[in-house]
Amino acid sequence: MTMWFTENHTKDVFFAFKAKQLFSTRSDFQQIDIYQTKDFGKVLVMDERIMLTEKDEKIYHEMIVHVPMAVHIDAEDVLIIGGGDGGALRELQRYPGIKSIDMVEIDSEVPEVAQRFLPEIAGDFQDARFTLMIADGLKYVRTTRKKYDLIIVDSTDPFGPGESLFTREFYGNCFDILRTDGLLVNQHESPYYRLDAREVQSTYEKTKMIFPIDKLFQAHIPTYPSGHWLFGFISKKYDPLEDLQDVRWSKLDIDTFYYNLALHRGSFALPNYVLELIGKK
Amino acid sequence: MIREYKLNQEEAPLYDALLEYRKQRMVSFDVPGHKQGRGNPELTEFLGKYAMSVDVNSMKMLDNLIHPVGVIKEAQELAADAFGAYSAFFMTNGTTSAVQAMVLATVDPGEKIIMPRNVHRSAINALILSRAIPVYVDPGVNEKLGIPLGMSIGNIEKTIRENPEAKAILVNNPTYYGICPNLKAIVELAHQAGMKVLVDEAHGTHFYFERQGPISAMDAGADLAAISTHKTGGSLTQSSILLSGPGMADEQGYLRQIINLTLTTSSSYLLLSSLDITRKYLALQGEKIYQRVLEYANYARKEINNIGGFYAFGKTEIDHDAFYDFDQTKLSIHTRDIGLAGIEIYDILRDEYQIQIEFGDLSNVLAILSIGDRPVAIERLLGALSDIKRRYGKKADQIAVNEYNQPKVVMSPAKAFYTKSKQIPLEQTLGKVCTEFVMCYPPGIPILAPGEEITAEVLEYINYAKEKGSSMTGAEDLATEKLNVIDQP
Ligand SMILES: Cc1ncc(COP(=O)(O)O)c(C=O)c1O
Repeated sequence: MTMWFTENHTKDVFFAFKAKQLFSTRSDFQQIDIYQTKDFGKVLVMDERIMLTEKDEKIYHEMIVHVPMAVHIDAEDVLIIGGGDGGALRELQRYPGIKSIDMVEIDSEVPEVAQRFLPEIAGDFQDARFTLMIADGLKYVRTTRKKYDLIIVDSTDPFGPGESLFTREFYGNCFDILRTDGLLVNQHESPYYRLDAREVQSTYEKTKMIFPIDKLFQAHIPTYPSGHWLFGFISKKYDPLEDLQDVRWSKLDIDTFYYNLALHRGSFALPNYVLELIGKK
Repeated sequence: MIREYKLNQEEAPLYDALLEYRKQRMVSFDVPGHKQGRGNPELTEFLGKYAMSVDVNSMKMLDNLIHPVGVIKEAQELAADAFGAYSAFFMTNGTTSAVQAMVLATVDPGEKIIMPRNVHRSAINALILSRAIPVYVDPGVNEKLGIPLGMSIGNIEKTIRENPEAKAILVNNPTYYGICPNLKAIVELAHQAGMKVLVDEAHGTHFYFERQGPISAMDAGADLAAISTHKTGGSLTQSSILLSGPGMADEQGYLRQIINLTLTTSSSYLLLSSLDITRKYLALQGEKIYQRVLEYANYARKEINNIGGFYAFGKTEIDHDAFYDFDQTKLSIHTRDIGLAGIEIYDILRDEYQIQIEFGDLSNVLAILSIGDRPVAIERLLGALSDIKRRYGKKADQIAVNEYNQPKVVMSPAKAFYTKSKQIPLEQTLGKVCTEFVMCYPPGIPILAPGEEITAEVLEYINYAKEKGSSMTGAEDLATEKLNVIDQP
C-alpha cells in the first residue's frame, strides 16, 4: 500500500515522501519501520524519525568514520555506541589496521532488521574482528575495562532510547576508556532549527569541558532535518586538521562516495551562525 | 497477594463518577469559575482540557470530602481495605495535614507526646497547633555514617516509664534515610502503657505492597499512620492518606472533625481522583511494581559500591535495635570518602548532570526510587556518580559529620512560638532560646525548633552547612543570618 510518510522537523515544518511500508515492529525500546521509496530507496525509520535512507546514508557513515580514521590512522580498537544499522561498521571494516570493532547497541532488533532489510548498508556482522553487545551504552562505558582508540557515537536523537548518550556522564565515562591519544566522534544534531540547535549547544558545552580538543564538522544530508548536519571531533591529543594523515590515508586507497581529503579540511569550516551558537565567534 | 482484600479493588468509584460527570455535559453555574477550562485558555492549553474538565466543585454525584457519604466514602473504604487499615481519610493538603491531624486527634493541649527529635517540621508544627509538650527520645546515631536512627527500644521503654502520663508516641517509619524502628515492639510497649502510636509513614507507602519490605504501621498494629501516596506511591503532589487502625475505632467521628478544622472546603478532584486511581493501581499491581523497584535499587546499590568512594548502605548496617530494618528502595549514599559533602554532590548532580535527587546533607545524599523509575535513568545516576569520582575523587578529607545534635529543650514549642521574641544576628545567639525553626530543606528535619537553646554545636552545624551550600529554611530571616530568640536576658 502506498502512503505518505511524514516526519515533523519542527512543530510547524514537516518532510514527507510517498512510500510503501515493507516492515513495522515495536521493539522494547522504539517503533522501527522500513519503507520503500522512489527517490531515496529503502528508508529506516525509528520512532517516526528517519535514521537513514539508501540514497544518502553514505554521506553520514563516511563522515562519521573517515574523518576520525584519517587522523588517528593507527587506531586499532574501535567502539561504536549505537549504530545498529551497521553502516558505520561497514566503513570501519575497510581499514585493515583495525583489530577490534565492538558495537554496543541497546536494541537487539535494530541489527536484526538492518541485516534483513538493508543488507547492502549493514556491514559484515560475521567479521572476526567484530563483537556485538546488546547493552546500555552508558553502562558499558562506565563498566568496561577495555581501552579504545576511537569511539563512534552513532546515536538516535536525544529524546528516546538515545537520551543518555547526550549527557555529561556519558562523555565523562568515555574519556576514561579512551587511550591517551584516543578520540571520539559523535553525531551532533542539526544547528538549524531552534530546538535542535539547543541540543547542539548543550552537547558541545558538555564535551568541551571534558576533552581538550573539541571541534565540530558538518555535512549535507538531505533527508535529515534542514539537511545541515553536524558531527563532533572530540579528542585527547590529535587535532583534526594539524594531525591529518593525508598521505597515509590516500595510500589506503579507499573508494568513497562523499568523503575526500579536501572535504575533510573544508568540513571544519563552519558558518558564522554555528560559530556563534557554540560561542566561537 | 500481600493481603486478602475484602472489597473489589478493581473498582474506582470516584474516578467513575468523574467520567460520568464528564459525560453528562453539565452546565455549571457554580465554582470554579474557569468552567471546565473555558474561562482560562492559556492555562487550559498548558494543563490540557482533560484535566481542566474535572477540576470541579463538590456536588451530589461527586460527594464532598468534608462530609463523605457517597463516592468519596466508597473510595476511602477501598483505600482502607487496600492498606489493611480500619479506615482511611483522603487528604488534600499534603502529609503535613495528616501528621498534624494525628497529633491533634490524640494529644490535648498541655499533654505529653513522646517522639524522636529527627521528625519532619510538620510534626513539630503540630506541637505548636496542639500545644502538646514533646518528650524527645534520642534516636541513636550511626557513628560511621553520622546519621540519626530510629530509636532503641531501651530508650523508648525508659521514656515511657518516666512519662506514664504521655498520650501518644510518634515514630518515623522509615526515616528519611530509610531506617525503620522496631515498630511491633514499640506498639506493644505503648499500648501496654495506654498510649496511642502515631506513625509518620510519609516515605513508606510502598511498605504496604512489598513482600519483603519493612513492616507497615497498620500491620504492626499502630493507631494512626500518615502515608504520602504522592511520594513513593505515584499520586499527584499534595495528595495523601491518613490511615486509622482499630485502636481508633471509637474516635472516628472526632478524627473527622479534627481533620475538618483545617481542611479546605474545596478539595481538588484532581488530587482526589489521583488517590482513587493510585489506590486501585497499587492494590492490583503494587507487589509487582515494588518488586521491580527493589531490583533496580539493589542493582544500583551494588554498582555504586563498586565505583569506590561512595557507600550506598543497606541491610548490613542493621543493628537489630535503633537501626532495626532498612527500606531497600532508598539509595542512601555516604559520600565522605570521596572528599565531598553530600550537599556538594547534590548540587553537582543537578547543575552539571541535570539529575535531581531528593536531598544531600553534610555526609550523605539520598536518591529515591519509586513507581516511576526506568533503567535508563538509573544508569544515568550511576554514570554521573562514577564521573564525579573520576573528576573529584580524593582521599577522605574529613570524618563523618554528625547530622544529629541532641536538642536542649528549654520550653515547649508552642510556648516559645507565642513568647515575645526579637531578631538578633546569628553570632550573638549562643545560649539564647530560639523561637523559630532552622533546617536544611530537604530533608526538613529541624536543626533548631522553637523552645530550644542555641548551643555551640548547633551554631557550628549551621555555619558548616551554609559553607557547603545547603539551603537553610525555616527562619523568618530568609538568609538565616539572624534568628528570633526570646527577648530576655
Ligand atoms: C517524614 C515526613 N513527614 C511529613 C512530610 C510532609 O509531607 P507533605 O510535603 O506531603 O506535606 C514529609 C515531606 O517531606 C516528610 O518527609
